[in-house]
Amino acid sequence: MQIAPSTRNETMLETTAPTDAEAGVSVRHLNFFYGSNQALRDVSVDFRAREVTALIGPSGCGKSTLLRVLNRMYDLYPGQRAEGEVLIDGRNILGPGVDATSLRRDVGMVFQKPTPFPKSIYENVAFGIRLHEKLGRAELDERVRWALSRAALWDEVRDRLNASALGLSGGQQQRLCIARSIAVRPEVLLLDEPTSALDPISTLKVEELIDELKADFTIVIVTHNMQQAARCADRVAFFYLGELVEIASAEDLFTRPREKRTQEYVTGRFS
Amino acid sequence: MGDGATTTWAAGSGRVSRPESGLARHAFMLTVKAATAIFALIMAGLVLVLVSGSWASLRHFGLRFLWTSRWDPVANVFGGLPFIYGTVVSSLIALLLAASIGILSALFLAEFAPRRLSGLLGILIELLAAVPSVVFGLWGLFVLAPVVQRDIGPALQAAFGFLPIFKGVIYGVNMLTASLILTLMIVPTVMSISRDLISGVPGRYREATLALGSTRWEAVRYVVLPMVRPGVFGACMLALGRALGETIAVTMVIGNRPSISASLFAPGYTIASAIANEFTEATSDLYISALIELGLLLLVISILINAAGRLFLARLDRDGGRA
Repeated sequence: MQIAPSTRNETMLETTAPTDAEAGVSVRHLNFFYGSNQALRDVSVDFRAREVTALIGPSGCGKSTLLRVLNRMYDLYPGQRAEGEVLIDGRNILGPGVDATSLRRDVGMVFQKPTPFPKSIYENVAFGIRLHEKLGRAELDERVRWALSRAALWDEVRDRLNASALGLSGGQQQRLCIARSIAVRPEVLLLDEPTSALDPISTLKVEELIDELKADFTIVIVTHNMQQAARCADRVAFFYLGELVEIASAEDLFTRPREKRTQEYVTGRFS
Repeated sequence: MGDGATTTWAAGSGRVSRPESGLARHAFMLTVKAATAIFALIMAGLVLVLVSGSWASLRHFGLRFLWTSRWDPVANVFGGLPFIYGTVVSSLIALLLAASIGILSALFLAEFAPRRLSGLLGILIELLAAVPSVVFGLWGLFVLAPVVQRDIGPALQAAFGFLPIFKGVIYGVNMLTASLILTLMIVPTVMSISRDLISGVPGRYREATLALGSTRWEAVRYVVLPMVRPGVFGACMLALGRALGETIAVTMVIGNRPSISASLFAPGYTIASAIANEFTEATSDLYISALIELGLLLLVISILINAAGRLFLARLDRDGGRA
């Protein structure tokens, strides 16, 4: 892999180094365009395996865009394109010949608003599994149970697996969506402001869950809430106007930011 | 504000009325209630007139009217079965075809077609709904009927001739032609409502499905379609209602023969066609009464099919959590 000299070396000490052995996902010189509008500018960043990395920054800074590159969700929309490299397991997922459908099996995503399918709780979780694997009834039951347990939802729904998922509360629906995503056993889990539509107690539950899940998954979470980033992320990346300004451990970024822009943002000087 | 417009009216008359809460609003409420009442009254009146108009026939033939096939004005013997059969069969065939074509094209336009093409094709299909039915009838008679007799009929007979519905002499004006014309007439309803419903499903559901590693087709098939199912079903009911009552276009292409044949290539007759065709010729009171009873039956059939549809849908919804 060729690493072109970066124009902002000083802010990217970590990321211009050769790919981290622990890197679950390595983004290299990523540029992203909505038509002629550039949304990401030469972003290079590593998301380490079994860590939670939070992406923060003001609206329109490109953090959600980056998330949508990681599972190539932007493919759906004509006029959107990405340049650069995103390596997952050493494979450039932006390269030709990459099947977005099988990529998304390895890179799960949970959205801002819960998206339960109008099916039973059981079928919501089994749906993704059935897309990829032919499991026997017992194995499927076991996997559904495993996913719901990992998503800290099993105890609440074990007696009503056949009830409609639409009857769950918003927080439960969001945990169901997390269960549905991890049920296909991805390597990477992308969370796009997963608690912004939830009440504080549900938010807390989801945050605890994220902490649990990082043992198994590389997690990237986009959040508007800096407390949330501080609470659940190992490392935090600050984006501004499509550029990665700084990435550091949560503690460093919030208490000893290297960049003035980061400092201004985390102290609420602008948003 | 409750039930009596008059009581609130009286209470309001004692105070100085502000335009918003006084006269204007009461007038508005009164108008709304009157409009609703008129609608209900007309409905009741319709049933009343149909029942009283068909009383002679109801008394004379009783339930036999429903399952006898002899329609003989000269002998003053009337049995409505051929008309019921023709109406139900032609409409159901049309519904089957229109639902398949309409839903599939709605899927294509909403999910897969480029936006500009989708807009253009959508408008074209919707324009079909603006074509007067008599024009459909003319086209059916002079273009479609010969094609059915010469090409479509023989082809179907060659391929599926072992089925009773494709046996026998092929007429040009027959049940099949009528069903095809009806299909054309109701497809825009199914298509445009379905398309709007499909486009209305929030994008995040598609993305959520794709994010699990589904293909676009799987997302549509397993998530988008189930979400719009109740609405699409409603669109089909609406379309069926139109097919059941469609008169002139069907009259022009169905052959107007009051007999029941298993073959779709044979002429048939529908309730609406019979009423339109024969009302002016009905000489005896019993004849007129029998025609009015046909009208009553059409109303009953429409209501029954609609109710059955609603029940079916309610069931589907209840089981939807599990399916």
